[in-house]
Amino acid sequence: MQRIGVFVCWCGSNIAATVDVEKVSEVLGHEPGVVFSTNYQYMCSQTGQDMVQAAIRDYALTGVVICACSPRMHETTFRRACERAGLNPYLVEIANIREQCSWIHKDKAVGTEKAIILGRAAIAKVQLNKPLQAGESPVTKRALVIGGGIAGIQTALDIADAGYPVDIVEKQPTIGGKMTQLDKTFPTLDCAACILTPKMVEAAQNENIHIYSYSEVEAVKGFVGNFHATIRKKARYVKEDVCTGCGLCTEKCPQKKVPNEFNLGLDTRRAVYIPFAQAVPKVATIDADYCMMLKSGKCGVCSKVCTAGAIDYHQKDELIEQDYGAIVVATGYNPIKLDKFDEFAYSQSPDVVSSLEFERLMNAAGPTGGVLLRPSDHTHPKTLVFVQCVGSRCDSEEKGKPYCSKICCMYTAKHAMLCREKYPDTEVYVFYIDVRTPGKNFDEFYRRAVEEYGVHYIKGMVGKVVPENGKLKVQASDLLDNRQLHIDADMVVLAAAIEPDESARPLATMLTASMDTNNFFTEAHPKLRPVESPTAGIFLSGACQGPKDIPETVAQAGAAASKAIGLLSKDHLTCNPCVAEPDELMCNGCSSCEKVCPYGAITYADKEFRGPNRTTLLRRVAQVNPAVCQGCGACTVACPSGAMDLKGFSNKQIMAEVDAICR
Amino acid sequence: MNNSEILETVGRISGVNPRKCMKCGKCSGACPAYDEMEYHPHQFVSMVESGRIEELMHSKGIYTCLSCFACVERCPRMVEPARLIEAVRAVYLRQQGMDHMKPEHIPEILDEDLPQQAVTSAFRKYRR
Amino acid sequence: MQFAYFPGCTLKTKGKALDECGRKAALALGFELCELPEWQCCGAVYPMAKDEIATRLSAVRALTEARDEGRELVTLCSACHHVIKRVNGDMKNDADIRDKVNRYLQLEKPYEGETNVLHYLEVLRDRVGFDEVKKKVVKPLTGRKIGAYYGCLLLRPSRELGFDDPENPRILEDFIRAIGAEPVVYAMRNECCGGYTVIEGRDYAKKNVAKIMDNAKACGAEALITACPLCMYNLRENSENGLPVHYFTELLAEALGVGEAEK
Repeated sequence: MQRIGVFVCWCGSNIAATVDVEKVSEVLGHEPGVVFSTNYQYMCSQTGQDMVQAAIRDYALTGVVICACSPRMHETTFRRACERAGLNPYLVEIANIREQCSWIHKDKAVGTEKAIILGRAAIAKVQLNKPLQAGESPVTKRALVIGGGIAGIQTALDIADAGYPVDIVEKQPTIGGKMTQLDKTFPTLDCAACILTPKMVEAAQNENIHIYSYSEVEAVKGFVGNFHATIRKKARYVKEDVCTGCGLCTEKCPQKKVPNEFNLGLDTRRAVYIPFAQAVPKVATIDADYCMMLKSGKCGVCSKVCTAGAIDYHQKDELIEQDYGAIVVATGYNPIKLDKFDEFAYSQSPDVVSSLEFERLMNAAGPTGGVLLRPSDHTHPKTLVFVQCVGSRCDSEEKGKPYCSKICCMYTAKHAMLCREKYPDTEVYVFYIDVRTPGKNFDEFYRRAVEEYGVHYIKGMVGKVVPENGKLKVQASDLLDNRQLHIDADMVVLAAAIEPDESARPLATMLTASMDTNNFFTEAHPKLRPVESPTAGIFLSGACQGPKDIPETVAQAGAAASKAIGLLSKDHLTCNPCVAEPDELMCNGCSSCEKVCPYGAITYADKEFRGPNRTTLLRRVAQVNPAVCQGCGACTVACPSGAMDLKGFSNKQIMAEVDAICR
Repeated sequence: MNNSEILETVGRISGVNPRKCMKCGKCSGACPAYDEMEYHPHQFVSMVESGRIEELMHSKGIYTCLSCFACVERCPRMVEPARLIEAVRAVYLRQQGMDHMKPEHIPEILDEDLPQQAVTSAFRKYRR
Repeated sequence: MQFAYFPGCTLKTKGKALDECGRKAALALGFELCELPEWQCCGAVYPMAKDEIATRLSAVRALTEARDEGRELVTLCSACHHVIKRVNGDMKNDADIRDKVNRYLQLEKPYEGETNVLHYLEVLRDRVGFDEVKKKVVKPLTGRKIGAYYGCLLLRPSRELGFDDPENPRILEDFIRAIGAEPVVYAMRNECCGGYTVIEGRDYAKKNVAKIMDNAKACGAEALITACPLCMYNLRENSENGLPVHYFTELLAEALGVGEAEK
């Protein structure tokens, strides 16, 4: 005999406005098997939960039905409450009368009728629920950080500091990310390298951190606490543990014409290179696309001059297999390509540059040694025009991104100020739509550019840039003065939108982590859970989750680390007991279930069974690994003999719900 | 027609939603005819949104627009100011006796090499 | 290869060179432009107002004829191409316009945007191939520095016309290379020449043309090519000390040895 308790939540007015909750609890109270039915404004509150617990005790309930919001919100809350009152947590069912009822209907009569039906279905199901015990899975106490920029480095340092081993996988030959290419950072105008390089060195020297540079994650299997990753360490043709980083090979290499990606193609490097002087690890790498020895077997100069004998032309990619408990994604961003914005003549004149290129031109370690010179003729520019929002806030999918890239207003103010500081005779114009500088000390920073440094901020937009006779004729609108301006500029700087790194999407597929249409990783909840992916065990750090500046990145990196530490500090995790279970007597070994399982949780084994006349039969039957199974139910549907069933969502239970709805 | 009727017509025949405009001014920055107009493309959009149609209908910008589609191509919000200008001009010209150009004007401007498409275009743009 | 061909009124009168050289060059390259038996002036400008039906009809009639012949429709004049292709787009995507036009025309089979509209340059690039064109060139225009003048109507709005990037196009530059000459890229190549405003007053057109010519000259162009008779008129008549301007088909015919460009 079942004794079911029904609790209908008002959810304030969220449900009660479109559903007559009192009627629902009254009608459901008459359902067969229900001995107690009530309603309350906020079932999830302490008072509400106390009500449930009291009813379990006073009425000796054998099952509980909560008619409230989506189970994704509070299923765990109510399961815990019932458990504390002594009822198995899997004898609790939630009927979603909010997201699936009150929030989509406007007519109260219709909403109420539907809520009653949904309640009936839940009651029919809970009567067939069996008490389930959650299993436990171990936790590998090691973290993987994918991406070695400031976000990845900070997260790794924080996790290492808590005593856990961390691996950083970085696809470039050095860690450091975009911050290594910056000159000064806002709002304090600290030198980027000066604040980053100590962290890079700390990461390299920390006992708990291992850096896989020039490597990429190739495959990830498993689940929270038990990930197994395959990392491809690409061949750099240099023995990392032997190379001293002296740089002699990079001076002697005869292949001088390789576009230098660190300086965004503004100058060249050699085929064997160290990306920049403070690279970590300080080890040379040979670019196989340009090395003459690797392509045609001729040369070998670097090998001859290397005193440490570190060059190895036969080096192969290495595949490393490693287990991890938590994975942090920190793949960062890139500025977009500007080929759809040629009204600004980006492809027609070398003096039209993107902001990151401008950053390199201002940087002392950049292609012009920190002197601001026009790329075309290496003269000093007297008039600079900055164009904001190139490719951001754009409604057209083919051209640009719909979002605001967040960092450009601040970095342009920075560029403008640094320029005026070094070269007070240069006129600087910034064409803006809005100036977005909300952070701490950010607005004061921008006002300094205008008031102290005399940067001309003009509300308007550049419509066309015409390169003519060595000048860039800029045609722009000035909306406040209501006129069209014609400025003869020497350089034009475009604040290009930023987008997630191209490795992000394939990585999201590998991790089954969700991603939005702009290729940013989605967080589990935009306000309350900003550093976790909805996929358990995956955490998000830095610009891969959304455009952000350095202060926010470091803050988020710490947050992601704390979540990872919370996971790694557990000795075991409770598994979901709602997993698939085959009935071995009905299984005919057809493998349909194994083929459809997306998690690889099903295997087959030969088992002995008693046959007629005291014979023994050997039959091939399915086996489910309850730790890997996610309870998706694909196998249950695929099974032709009905042998596979899902605990907590059995075929009988589903049919009972359908019958209750169709009544 | 009263003001709200005119606004409704302009909205319907242009298909433009002026609220999409983020007031960036790129249309006016790109417009080659800026100096020949008293109200410029970005103002057109904001004046239509705030309902100041009368002034627009009597401005000379609606005849100096080249229909070159630079504003349409470069607007990041796909607002299409050129459609708006044509719609306001159409509403004005569709009234009785409001043709901007009369056939009598043509012989004096005609020269041997002028392609007839120029005359046809002008007639289509400046007359009902 | 045979295409239905819409010449446009100006190509039969003031812009004959564009048409005649285009046809001769086509034959030399292995395709034929079969003029539609009955056609009217396309209207010269695309009517942007969504409730204008009468001004779209001649374009639809041309499109229907091409459809009934089972051929794709090719145009040479930038303005005609702009009008016809955009009206075709309306017939495909705007149910209201499609419905009203069809009810007025009372065609045996209503037109729904089935015809594919191509510009002559697209035929050269996508159907013949510029490599093939290069092979058939007998008098390459070696050493000549030619600037392409696209004008405003050939490529914009790119969402509807879309056969090249509107701000950084390359189809005419590739064409110039195919006929053996050296293309000169200059930023004003896609800005308006002044168009029909020359009717209201020459000064306005003169301003626009001056900007274009100055920029082309400063970047080293010695001549310009265009696909629009109105651009041709403006660039020739409204420019002081301007560069020589030709229709692109004139130079194509010259390079293929089937015609002479006007001096």
